[in-house]
Amino acid sequence: MAGIALDHVLLLATVLFALGLAGVLIRRNLIFMLMSIEVMLNAAGLAFIAAGARWGQADGQIMFMLVLTLAAAEVSVGLALLLQIYRHLRSLDADAARLLEG
Amino acid sequence: MNAVFYLSAAIAVAATFMVITRTHAVPALLYLVVSLLAIAVIFYTLGAPFAAALEAIVYAGAIVVLFVFVVMMLGLGEDATVSARFWGDPANWLGPAVLALALLAELVYALMADRAGAVGARRAIEAGEVGARLFGPYLLAVELASLLLLAALVAAYHLGRRTAKR
Repeated sequence: MAGIALDHVLLLATVLFALGLAGVLIRRNLIFMLMSIEVMLNAAGLAFIAAGARWGQADGQIMFMLVLTLAAAEVSVGLALLLQIYRHLRSLDADAARLLEG
Repeated sequence: MNAVFYLSAAIAVAATFMVITRTHAVPALLYLVVSLLAIAVIFYTLGAPFAAALEAIVYAGAIVVLFVFVVMMLGLGEDATVSARFWGDPANWLGPAVLALALLAELVYALMADRAGAVGARRAIEAGEVGARLFGPYLLAVELASLLLLAALVAAYHLGRRTAKR
């Protein structure tokens, strides 16, 4: 770490995670909720990379790649579900799908 | 390198804030791309060039393209004039464009400084080291990740069929 303090990277990861969490909580549009989840996963990956760089180990990047895999799987299933919800309800409002009926 | 990190961090936070406050999906996606690219630059400054490349390819490339496909499939922009109206209003693309240009300038500066040896003491963890550990102690995790991707593929195919039973 040539001068970049671990604290600052973790602070950045925390801020990004908080922004993503706020996005999930305040937005009702499903596309925006999925985007916010991506931001949160990305912040978690940033924390892993920062820790890996701090101790000079490759494990941080490996964990980031696993997070990346998870994000890809999550977004594909999430967007497929979103398409189904839109076809059934003609709406992207999360509250429109609160009854969980097919 | 510190200045590059802090500027990228500011860009990432600003772009992410714009993502969650936009009304329409397409400007939010533009800001999301900028946010992900800023984090890719941060990975580079942290000595993780392989992770930076993956971030740009998989997140800013594949995942955002999936979002764009879904926005297109939902027909939110099916009117041919929507495109002209979108690009005709600079408020839609000026912010992401400025942030992306700042990132580009940072990237050029970082690469130049790197060539001059200004990055200095920190040891970058290259792709070879990551790969050696990935297929050594983490082999089981790789297999589990492949199963997860297969399950996601099957689920996305099943859920994405047009002939859904009511």
